[in-house]
Amino acid sequence: MTLIDRLFRDAPLATRREITPKLGFMLTILLAIVWLIPFLWMGVATLRPASDGINAMAELMPSLQPTLDNIRDAWEIGDFPRYTLNTTFICTGILLVQFVTITLAGFAFARLEFAGKTLIFYLFLMQLMLVPVLLIVPNLSLVAQLGLYDTLTGVMMPFFASAFGTFLMRQAFEAIPTELEDAALIDGASLLQRIRHIYVPLSMPSFSTFAIISVTSHWNDFLWPLMVINSPDKRPLTVGLSVFTATAEGTQAWGTIAAGTLMVIAPLLITFLIFQKRFISSFVTSGIK
Amino acid sequence: MSLAEPAALPVATSAAPRLHLLKRLSSRFRASLPAYLLLLPSLVFLALFTYGAMGRVLIDALYQRATPKAPVRFVGLDNISAVLADPAFTGAVVNNLIYAVGTAIPSIGLALLFALALSRTNAVSSALRAALFLPVLIPMVAASALFLFIFLPNVGLLDYYIGRLLPVVPNWLGDPDIALTAIMVITIWKNAGYYMLFFLAGLQAVPEDVMEAAHLDGAGPFMRLRYIILPELKPTFLFVIVIATLNAVTQVDHVFVMTKGGPSNSTNLVLFYIYQQAVEHYDIGKASAATLLTLAALMGLTALSFRTMANREGRA
Repeated sequence: MTLIDRLFRDAPLATRREITPKLGFMLTILLAIVWLIPFLWMGVATLRPASDGINAMAELMPSLQPTLDNIRDAWEIGDFPRYTLNTTFICTGILLVQFVTITLAGFAFARLEFAGKTLIFYLFLMQLMLVPVLLIVPNLSLVAQLGLYDTLTGVMMPFFASAFGTFLMRQAFEAIPTELEDAALIDGASLLQRIRHIYVPLSMPSFSTFAIISVTSHWNDFLWPLMVINSPDKRPLTVGLSVFTATAEGTQAWGTIAAGTLMVIAPLLITFLIFQKRFISSFVTSGIK
Repeated sequence: MSLAEPAALPVATSAAPRLHLLKRLSSRFRASLPAYLLLLPSLVFLALFTYGAMGRVLIDALYQRATPKAPVRFVGLDNISAVLADPAFTGAVVNNLIYAVGTAIPSIGLALLFALALSRTNAVSSALRAALFLPVLIPMVAASALFLFIFLPNVGLLDYYIGRLLPVVPNWLGDPDIALTAIMVITIWKNAGYYMLFFLAGLQAVPEDVMEAAHLDGAGPFMRLRYIILPELKPTFLFVIVIATLNAVTQVDHVFVMTKGGPSNSTNLVLFYIYQQAVEHYDIGKASAATLLTLAALMGLTALSFRTMANREGRA
């Protein structure tokens, strides 16, 4: 119990002897271990040689002869470099267009007065409720009509406007003192120049919050790209992984599946472990995406 | 002249305000123009993929094709009644309700436990928070790939370690009575860490001095939870419930990867049903009707979330 006591050292004196919080804490530790088991298995199974046989596949003790064969197999069968490229392209494309749309719209809501402001504000708010995932059927026929079926642009387009991002930028811009803008106004800066040189540089934290939310959510998108993309070489990681899993499942190649999954989630996990605090605070802001 | 004057006068007085109004409107529009131009890029995409999509659902739900290549014809509410009469759809709705309740309650409960246990910041609790948050980051498809093995009969992780303790080893994903529960376990695993963040943020708002006063008065941990912490967390609860419900409708990737709605439709959820109608049966009319019904059901939730968000804004 001494270790637990150390952790509760900053608790109020009267509560330090209470047993319930400690039991809750130990239960949480136990559950956190359970939560990590799928990841642990993924790591162990990736490195396990196929010669260990299917019956040892579930063993969580790492194999004594670790091998990179599974990673090589997944890399060769799965065309993961291509999928990674596609996903990166989709996420970057969405994010770049979103940066433009949310900056402009966010500025309009934060600093400009115009007729119908409340109405337009509610129009934006509607997007938060009508989650794009639900509108896959009408959006698919629209994308097809625009001639964008089976293109990465078609995958990206429904996400180019973001109500969440607009509100985030509005909040950030409202916090910037107007005196700064007035000074630029006197120097003869145009509207776009003021946005570009005053508002944007001062709102970098909000941009990074939005970037984290946008990239993680579109990195993980599945159903929509699955419907839009037909050619194997245009698949994003999630669709590629599902096809790969379905194939490898038939041959019971669980080590390869683990390796493939590892490759898909490694970029996000590594980025998260480096920027943990920023990720967590961004996700708190995200509420509804 | 004296006769013409009174006649001309009313015209002049009545024309002037109208002109004035027009001028005022146009000058208001001109003053608003920069804002409209800034909003235009967003509004174009919203118009295409949100409002336009809504309208399209409404229209598509009224039409039907006899075969995928036949011309569309107006069928009125036939699609809606066809969907409502489809046991696969009603089954999916029931499954989705079970799925919503069965994922929201455990994941929110666990999230609260995690947040209460890890509200103090130190190295250990930060590490535990990160561990519990990891599943939130990974794609549902990746989670499904891992759980596919975990639930694998006989040699899978679950059977290897726990299954042998049971008298009969269940076929987790193959048994219609268990498959939906197995699907729910993944969702709980994936979302609890996300909801935990909101509770952690909400706990910051619990005033320290009230807590101190409470245990000076002899309130135990459960009393403090019941009478101080939970009332303080009420807005957080509402907010998280809304998100959890939205997630229960929109997260179906694992159904696609793991069960395709089976066995015998026991894991079919509404959005997956819509996907099946549109992509596998090319039945846009029925898919749109089902979308329409789902959107209508979510409207109630929309009202609720508006109120929740207003509460949050009021607090901030």
